Amino acid sequence: MPQVISANRLSDGIVVFRAPGGRWVEQLRDAQILPDAGAVKAALGLVEADIRANHVIEVAAFDVAVKGDHVEPVHLRDKIRAKGPTTHPGHGKQAAH
Amino acid sequence: MYRYDEFDAAFVADRLNQFSDQVQRRLSGELTEEQFRIHRLMNGVYLQLHAYMLRVAIPYGALSPRQLRKLAHIARRYDKGFGHFTTRQNIQFNWPALKDIPEILGELASVEMHAIQTSGNCIRNVTADHFAGAAADEIEDPRPYAEILRQWSSIHPEFTYLPRKFKLALSGAPHDRAAIQVHDIGYQLVKNEAGETGFAVYVGGGLGRTPMVGHKIRDFLPTKDLLAYTQAIVRVYNLEGRRDNKYKARIKILVHEKGFEAMRDAVEAEFAADKSDLLALPQNEIARISAYFAPPALTERPADSQALKARRARDPAFAGFVDVNVAKHRQDGYGLVTISLKPIGGIPGDATAEQMELVAELAEKFGHDEIRVSHEQNLVLPHVALDDLPAVYDALRAQGLATANAGLISDIISCPGMDYCSLATARSIPVAQRISERFADGPRAREIGAMKIKISGCINACGHHHVGHIGILGLERKGVETYQLTLGGSGDESCTLGDITGPGFSYEDVVDAVETVVDAYMGLRASPDEDFLSAYRRVGMAPFKKALYERDSGSDI
Repeated sequence: MPQVISANRLSDGIVVFRAPGGRWVEQLRDAQILPDAGAVKAALGLVEADIRANHVIEVAAFDVAVKGDHVEPVHLRDKIRAKGPTTHPGHGKQAAH
Repeated sequence: MYRYDEFDAAFVADRLNQFSDQVQRRLSGELTEEQFRIHRLMNGVYLQLHAYMLRVAIPYGALSPRQLRKLAHIARRYDKGFGHFTTRQNIQFNWPALKDIPEILGELASVEMHAIQTSGNCIRNVTADHFAGAAADEIEDPRPYAEILRQWSSIHPEFTYLPRKFKLALSGAPHDRAAIQVHDIGYQLVKNEAGETGFAVYVGGGLGRTPMVGHKIRDFLPTKDLLAYTQAIVRVYNLEGRRDNKYKARIKILVHEKGFEAMRDAVEAEFAADKSDLLALPQNEIARISAYFAPPALTERPADSQALKARRARDPAFAGFVDVNVAKHRQDGYGLVTISLKPIGGIPGDATAEQMELVAELAEKFGHDEIRVSHEQNLVLPHVALDDLPAVYDALRAQGLATANAGLISDIISCPGMDYCSLATARSIPVAQRISERFADGPRAREIGAMKIKISGCINACGHHHVGHIGILGLERKGVETYQLTLGGSGDESCTLGDITGPGFSYEDVVDAVETVVDAYMGLRASPDEDFLSAYRRVGMAPFKKALYERDSGSDI
């Protein structure tokens, strides 16, 4: 199953996703989709440098479903992290839409 | 209200400087996350699902208007304009940036507040009856003793690294509004046969994955021995509590595994062994602390308020508010006003900065500068003249704070659940919102009567579901939220843990399941005066189980 790497930014704790080229972005749509376990392992290896440099914490990969251009986390917890609390539509990343 | 002396102020200032330095060293990379984590937790800073979370202590739930205004300011300036009051009488801010937290703690220190010991394996914020010092049924105000315990337990060198967190709660009245029997230690003020005041002591209560009701370890402890006895209990726990498994590390497990009698004997032996008298509380010290909590000078007023009567006669919504949200004060002509933070369809425990500022203003104008936070996630104005209720009600209503549901079915305790919490396995707030919308705060809710629904989004039970009359536990099964119901729990003096009804319900169906339970209760209660808990205790689980699981095929549950 394809995966995306996410983390929290050290300075403010905001959820970020790893984008192509190793940038950290706030929106899931800009994240790099890693097609298989090998790609995930390689990317997690590269992320080690960002952890050591104290840019991000709590790094983990999560499952996503990809339909055309649309990326959707598989699990509810990751959906909420990617959008914001379901109880506060004006808060979190969903507010930017 | 307690005011910091120079020692308290210096202690908080020192800790602020220390933690500010730790934050700077973390941001600069000098400290790794692993090194920093314990420091941030000791200062109330968690990393949650979306961001950091800062948990601020509100000792025994007492706030001054100045402090509440400061919380409003922090909500507005450093967060998203609101705060969340918790079942530990704390407030949590859900979106602060780590880089701003030293500044926030500086703001808090300026009004004698902090976030110390709101996390970590230490003695946490000491909680107490939110009606303390005002309730008609009170034996003695528990707040001075809570304050003494707070001072003693703050960075106590022996008890800073306990096997697990440790929670104390105190009640000054026979009716337990502070859920003391589900705390690590619960103290209940009582009178002995000689008419002296002391404490009944409960040990080993707790919720979480292994819920236990506390055991009464002492019928009467003289007040002067409060600290020495607490030290004996925590010392036995610190030495004998398990450190090999965090899920078996709370004192409730020690009491369970060791046996209540053996635990009692060990505590009594430890208590007797300390002959130093070092911790014996001198009467003049109890009196000195108690003076901070002296009751406000309340003008004598007639028991019946004409202003209240007149408004009540022409305004049923006001009458409903008074009947449901105003409790009996110990002085005639006054009432305890519960300000529900459970608007219909709203988020339990959330308050906006504007709402906090309004409550602060009302406390100044009508409430003798006192505000309380209840463990049921509401605010309380403890000393309001009945004559002033119309004005208080009108002001609350204008800010959406006049929901007349205190103690009714829509006054729901809910943990943040998966919408915020990194430990949660299911959402809880939206379930609370849907139940609230289903039953609201009108005639139907009043007809149902006293009903405590408590919802947790995981087995850690921050939403106290085990002691809900109806408890709801959100779990995850095969990637899907599922909700287990428990019935017949109670966190008061008749403390009991709820019984599981059977298989869980889906997110979509759980509100219908609650309604099925409520309808079954309405059908079987002996009279409208028999509340849900009493009815459950009379009839047991069978009729509810039947209603929930033996419905006709084609049922929507």
